[in-house]
Amino acid sequence: MKRYSVFAVAREALRYHTGWERAWRSPEPKRHYDVIIVGAGGHGLATAYYLGKNFGITNVAIIEKGWLGGGNTGRNTTIIRSNYLQDPSAAIYEKARSLYETMSQDLNYNVMFSPRGVLMLAQTQHEIRGYKRTAHANALQGVETEFVSPERVKEIVPIINLHGPRYPVLGALWQERGGTARHDAVAWGYARACSDMGMDIIQQCEVQGVRVVNGRVAGVDTTKGPIDCDKLGMVVAGNASVLADQAGFRLPMESVALQAMVSEPIKPCMDVVVMANTVHGYMSQSDKGEMVIGGGTDGFNNYTQRGSFHHIEETVRALNETFPMVSRLKMLRQWGGIVDVTGDRSPIISKTPVGNTFVNCGWGTGGFKSIPGSGWAMAELMATGHSPLTEEFSINRFQEGKFIDESVAAGVAH
Amino acid sequence: MLILECPYCGVKAEETELHAGGEAHLKRFGPGSTDGEFHDYLFMRENPKGVHFERWRHANGCGKWFHAARCTMTLEVFGTYSAQTFEPPQEIRDAITAKRPGWTWRDLK
Ligand SMILES: Cc1cc2nc3c(=O)[nH]c(=O)nc-3n(C[C@H](O)[C@H](O)[C@H](O)COP(=O)(O)OP(=O)(O)OC[C@H]3O[C@@H](n4cnc5c(N)ncnc54)[C@H](O)[C@@H]3O)c2cc1C
Ligand SMILES: [Zn+2]
Repeated sequence: MKRYSVFAVAREALRYHTGWERAWRSPEPKRHYDVIIVGAGGHGLATAYYLGKNFGITNVAIIEKGWLGGGNTGRNTTIIRSNYLQDPSAAIYEKARSLYETMSQDLNYNVMFSPRGVLMLAQTQHEIRGYKRTAHANALQGVETEFVSPERVKEIVPIINLHGPRYPVLGALWQERGGTARHDAVAWGYARACSDMGMDIIQQCEVQGVRVVNGRVAGVDTTKGPIDCDKLGMVVAGNASVLADQAGFRLPMESVALQAMVSEPIKPCMDVVVMANTVHGYMSQSDKGEMVIGGGTDGFNNYTQRGSFHHIEETVRALNETFPMVSRLKMLRQWGGIVDVTGDRSPIISKTPVGNTFVNCGWGTGGFKSIPGSGWAMAELMATGHSPLTEEFSINRFQEGKFIDESVAAGVAH
Repeated sequence: MLILECPYCGVKAEETELHAGGEAHLKRFGPGSTDGEFHDYLFMRENPKGVHFERWRHANGCGKWFHAARCTMTLEVFGTYSAQTFEPPQEIRDAITAKRPGWTWRDLK
């Protein structure tokens, strides 16, 4: 792999950009791999990357039914934060946030990580108490967050209206080291690094069956034929129940559509991320100037990658109250992704009833921020059978009543 | 936009008039059941890409609970039926078979 650098840019400028290589290969599948990862979203690619980097396992295929990064990884609003309530969550999200800080250097790929700060508005008394509790929990976990006053909120976000008629801003949880990153670049950066280690990324190839022999995985049946493997990682977000069904087990999870939209590009007006969970709206401004806006999830199971129309209205209504200037903006695009929601709003990173088969799903509405931490932990689990970061996220936690209840911190937003 | 016809009052209601109540025909397990049964009843859910049976409530209408059979992939509705039944009536199953031959859901075919 040729490294990207200022010298590479200069060299290519002098030869009319004829020397750039493809960022990753698109090979035909081999008959057998040590490890197959299903799903080339951020979590699948990160898992493969750390299998290679941390454990030297490189005979790996990543199988994707569409194009890499075309699932939720390419559809999300890119908020990165680690101010969760429960200790196991704080551990994995903070691991992820800290890996984001050095990801561009690590991958030699600019993922545009922008730790611009994340504000979560408290607009009811209940939220004030909830966020103060989170701030105290974060202090004990070593995650830097702070509960700030409405005046401070206005300083940080001058375009905000503190005195909305329905939901005045009563304070906010502020994580200064949170922010955003370029979602596609995260997928592309990992893909390039995986391909460089000799891994095969096989796109336009759907897994349609999981072959289980004597209780252990033997391989998968795909639209490009059967492929054998020693270990299998299912990392397919909203499609996890479908894949688990193929392997003969069930997951405590349901899939719903979550949507987002962007406005026309405007001059810089807001240099942080603002989330308003009570009214289901959150917003940040992209480098292109578009206001990136996320809304609520549909109330019923579906796989339509579209989302219900009335959620757009609800989201825009809420944002108009909090940011009056938004009312003059035109929206350019709207889209949806299928998110995988568990009962306690926490992910599942776990062994499964099928031998040598592992699952990583349930990130729901908020798993972009966790991509590097999740990949790191999932790789450790797959390579060694054990990871301190994933222990509490096992499928068995429901049976044991050991929930990781994040419905306060993550139930409605990102 | 999802539109369901309430089998009680006959109104064609769109989703803001309705409340989604989750998977249909759950068998309740309580005291005396095994841990596994209780766990599955509480946490395991059918999450099919395709034919699905659900409970809905005509919340901003007559207020009644009912059942719906629909496709989670296309949002196509196969039919709605009374809440007072443990399994989908034959005409609903036939309506599904007409459009999705070979469909399965739990142990239904
Ligand atoms: C609108 C929206 C906004 C969001 N906002 C945020 C946010 O601000 N911050 C945040 O942290 N998170 C956010 N999220 C959540 C985040 O996007 C997801 O949790 C995360 O991207 C999941 O990554 P993944 O790799 O697990 O899944 P995906 O990126 O969905 O990747 C799974 C891949 O598996 C493939 N696949 C599925 N089935 C098969 C099969 N049978 N064979 C082969 N391939 C298959 C799919 O095509 C897909 O590419 C948001 C999500 C949405 C939809
Ligand atoms: Zn009715």
